[in-house]
Amino acid sequence: MHIDNFASGNSVLHHLDPRIKIVVAALFSVVVALADKYACLSAALCVSLALLLLARLPLKQVLLRLLAVNTFILFLWVFLPFTYGGKELFTVGPLAATREGVAYALIITVKSNTIVLALIALLGTSPVITLGHALSHLYVPDKLIHLFFFSLRYLQVLHLEYERLRDAMRIRGFKPGTNLHTYRTFAYLVGMLLIKSVDRADRIRKAMLCRGFHGKLYVLSHFELQRKDVFMFVFMVLIVSGMAALQWIIPK
Amino acid sequence: MHISEGVLSAPVLLTGAVLTATGVAVGLKKMKNEQLPLVGVLSSAFFVSSLIHIPVGPSAVHLVLNGLLGLLLGWVAFPAILVGVSLQALIFQFGGLTTLGVNTFNMAMPAILCYYLFARHISQDHPGVAMVLAFGCGFVAILLSAILVALSLIFTGESFVAAAKLLVVAHLPVMVVEAVVSALSLGFLMKVRPEILGVPHAT
Repeated sequence: MHIDNFASGNSVLHHLDPRIKIVVAALFSVVVALADKYACLSAALCVSLALLLLARLPLKQVLLRLLAVNTFILFLWVFLPFTYGGKELFTVGPLAATREGVAYALIITVKSNTIVLALIALLGTSPVITLGHALSHLYVPDKLIHLFFFSLRYLQVLHLEYERLRDAMRIRGFKPGTNLHTYRTFAYLVGMLLIKSVDRADRIRKAMLCRGFHGKLYVLSHFELQRKDVFMFVFMVLIVSGMAALQWIIPK
Repeated sequence: MHISEGVLSAPVLLTGAVLTATGVAVGLKKMKNEQLPLVGVLSSAFFVSSLIHIPVGPSAVHLVLNGLLGLLLGWVAFPAILVGVSLQALIFQFGGLTTLGVNTFNMAMPAILCYYLFARHISQDHPGVAMVLAFGCGFVAILLSAILVALSLIFTGESFVAAAKLLVVAHLPVMVVEAVVSALSLGFLMKVRPEILGVPHAT
């Protein structure tokens, strides 16, 4: 399983302090998620695209990610133009699409893609494990961080176990179809995965007890704020405030 | 099942965040330090299970298994699901930061409910009954999750009603597949490793 797809790189964003990136990403997402004015959203989209350029990520992979996100949005496009009240724009058989409905669907599409692009540019450029460290510096409860680390670590291990089981099935000529045999096989696969996980968890628990675990994981690498991090933080907060102003203050 | 960023309204997002924060707090309080490896590893096991695509006619659905997770972990399923959803957001960009609360709650609440409805009645003495209960558990968990997703959309705006209705109907095959797989998985666990079902309480 490829976890850190965009994390290797040498751009400005790759070198930015992950704590800054998380805070900025959170502020940005919240403002865009709540916004509905064109001025604010087009500004936000420009910011996202600028961040993407700044992160210098492989465009093709980013577009593939967006494709996955937009399946849900596409599903909404089937409905929203026809169910939102307003002036008729065009008709498909007995259904009438409204101007307001299309506008609403468009706004949602822009919002969704804008946020995801920003998240890829900001959070995707740090390894997930580093983001976990950063979260522990941002007052997220220790227990939750530990759980996060464990899941992340064993995600890769269990995925390998899963692939081994799948290979074993393939070698024995298993072909999935819509029948009880398939469902039973997959159910046993899940059961086997659970058993392997519980056994592994028990070994980890014992190993941790031996090493005197008492509810604290010591973080070895600490972050240090540099001048460029502070500069970037202030700059991004100003931009996000500008977006918020375009949404809530200037129209009045 | 994940709602994308930028769709839901502020009140819905806020309600989801508050409910999830509460549920996670309760779950973390109930989770002992010794349970940490087990919960972490189970949470990744369920993540991996969600990558399994099961054919239904010409199409395919992926497993969710939040009912089974609730059955095994009780309230601790809340933080486990939060971690799973965050990882999915970070690794695949499914869902995102602002929808973390809503997406977690929509999957975790049914898991907790399944725990209270079914877990106590499952015993080694009646494997047949246990499998029937696990069937119900898989079905109810997805049904409730689909309804919660639909409600999140409907509370955002009246115009989502049609989409929300179709969403619940479209999840019917998922409910059936989850129910069958949950039942057979539980049957397998009872045959091969019966003590697993008591694990979260025994440690």
